[in-house]
Amino acid sequence: MQHIRAHVLICAGTGCKSAGSKEVELAFQKEIKAAGLADEVMVVETGCHGFCEYGPLVIVYPEGTFYSRVTVEDVAEIVESHLLKGRLVERLLYHEPMTQEMIPNYSDINFYKKQHRLVLAHCGSINPEQIEEYIAVGGYEGLGKALTLMTPDEVVAEVKKSGLRGRGGGGFPTGMKWGFAKQSVNDKKYVICNADEGDPGAFMDRSVLEGDPHKILEGMAICGYAIGADEGYIYVRAEYPLAIKRLRVAIEQAEAMGLLGENIFNSGFNFQIHIKEGAGAFVCGEETALMASIEGKRGMPRPRPPFPAVSGLWGKPTNINNVETFANVPLILVNGADWYCQFGTEKSKGTKVFALTGKINNTGLAEVPMGITMREIIYDIGGGINNGKKFKAVQIGGPSGGCLPEELLDLPIDYDSLTAVGAMMGSGGLVVMDEDTCMVDVAKFFLNFTQSESCGKCTPCREGTKRMLEILTRITEGQGREGDIELLENMAKNIKETALCGLGQTAPNPVLSTLKYFRNEYEAHIKEKRCPAGVCEKMAIYTITDKCKGCGLCAKTCPVKAISGNLKQQHVIDQAICIKCGACMSVCPFKAITKG
Amino acid sequence: MKTLEDLKALREKLKSDIKVRQNQGTKIIIGMGTCGIAAGAREVMSAALDELAVRKLNDVQVQQTGCIGMCEKEVLLDVIRPNEPRITYGNVKPADVKRIIADHVVNGRIIEDLVVGKIEQES
Repeated sequence: MQHIRAHVLICAGTGCKSAGSKEVELAFQKEIKAAGLADEVMVVETGCHGFCEYGPLVIVYPEGTFYSRVTVEDVAEIVESHLLKGRLVERLLYHEPMTQEMIPNYSDINFYKKQHRLVLAHCGSINPEQIEEYIAVGGYEGLGKALTLMTPDEVVAEVKKSGLRGRGGGGFPTGMKWGFAKQSVNDKKYVICNADEGDPGAFMDRSVLEGDPHKILEGMAICGYAIGADEGYIYVRAEYPLAIKRLRVAIEQAEAMGLLGENIFNSGFNFQIHIKEGAGAFVCGEETALMASIEGKRGMPRPRPPFPAVSGLWGKPTNINNVETFANVPLILVNGADWYCQFGTEKSKGTKVFALTGKINNTGLAEVPMGITMREIIYDIGGGINNGKKFKAVQIGGPSGGCLPEELLDLPIDYDSLTAVGAMMGSGGLVVMDEDTCMVDVAKFFLNFTQSESCGKCTPCREGTKRMLEILTRITEGQGREGDIELLENMAKNIKETALCGLGQTAPNPVLSTLKYFRNEYEAHIKEKRCPAGVCEKMAIYTITDKCKGCGLCAKTCPVKAISGNLKQQHVIDQAICIKCGACMSVCPFKAITKG
Repeated sequence: MKTLEDLKALREKLKSDIKVRQNQGTKIIIGMGTCGIAAGAREVMSAALDELAVRKLNDVQVQQTGCIGMCEKEVLLDVIRPNEPRITYGNVKPADVKRIIADHVVNGRIIEDLVVGKIEQES
């Protein structure tokens, strides 16, 4: 046996895997063996580093060198140059998009430097399929401490004191929720982890499950002890096969070590965890629909009360928390509530993981303390808007959230500040939009999503969102009428007040927030029949400019024969016939056709 | 596993396996420029890795570096113990490695007859 001097960490999150990280890993193993380094260099598969834009990611320790977008062809060079001779492969290092500065070290990259990774601390630095690595970084000590040194009441009190609030969207105080479930007297109780992540663009829960699955098991077991439950379910969507696989491995390993199962830590506490694969209906993220789905029924919400803490899964008291919420619990138990309280704002403690997507340079996952501004997230961590475009809006909180304009970029983000401006924390999806985005179209996109995911049980959501979508559609098609804006506002208000569950109650939010901050765009669509961003196809007007050489290619391509003109003379489009398909524009060799 | 102490003991045991990923502990740095390799740096490194494995010094980091210009003194091997100056040994042969690890890395005694340079603590 030799001393292992270097670890090559290869990201095996879903993002990097689809970019080819498995092949890169195999190539590393082959090249390392060929170079005779197999005894001294170890290849480790890790979870997601969150910097998915630059995947596949490879990090070489002890130096902590960060290589991005590594391909199979690059592997031989890294082995020969870095692992054998200690010379960095500069062309594969990360370059800051704003300054082009080359950054060799993981921890010096702006994307990571400004983050505060508590929940994601081990995502990307440990092998998620080895319980030993989780234990080596302090895993299961929170559970051990709770079971051997604390009473269930003390655990609930500690979580209450930490100020932790539900990370799934609503922001309900976790400690209070646990307290309600604990108070319910029953011979059987359940703990459920809601991993039915469905917001467009959100993938923080998936990354935690894939990168640090034991942390969730530990958080759930602590909750079980606190409320008096001996059984837990993880409700995770079937579209997350890697997360499911790693959870299964983790449960098996934890049971083998006696960290799940019977009489854990000799405390008399038993806890077992099952996985329930969801079929991917968005509404199943709503807690009562989720429980119906576990019971084998159709996933539809029911009115509350009774709340799950009183009558939940199979009528038994149940506590449901989101993945990220459970991931915070072991940290609070190990380090104490006072330590946890130092992060965040007065009413929102700790950190939040945001999924950065859209027109931004550094897409990926960013964990930041509550109270940070949107500007810091988008520009310092996210590296700004790509292609040098101008920022227009950021959609926060998924289909239930809202769009915030540039004026609100300096707003400190926490649960309450976001609600006050008409958005919500939601699960933490951030979709960044640039100047080329039409806000009416965005509202239509999100409403279309909630409308198709509406379960149909209550009328306001089933019919209301459908009618609102029809109005939005006609506005984007140039058929908007006087009074449509007021009608949308009126319907949104009614749906919010009368829908049965959170899905319906929040579905109008994207429409309301775009109306609040981008009303002029709606007005331009309705009154001037014009889409200021040039996105809405049906309102586009294609014109042929004097750059036209009269080649006739456009006329030949036009499927409805709307273009006429003599050879070698400027052609014209008959707007009455044109169906705005854009085919002429894409074939014109002289870029003579404009859209406006 | 039945007690919190069991868990902590296991953690202590496992911790050293991932020490390489934390930038701490004693470092051994070997010159692997063309000059170093020609003078036998690879053999020196193998000897160091073997000796560390025998002594189970999992938390010692072994890194490589390029040519620092003192080619006639290759193989160059540096030892940096936490909060101590960086000591450079020159003309290191695989046979010297055992002594360097035993005296300096483990016990903190610098082997003066092999030293060719000393740099006060870098940040």
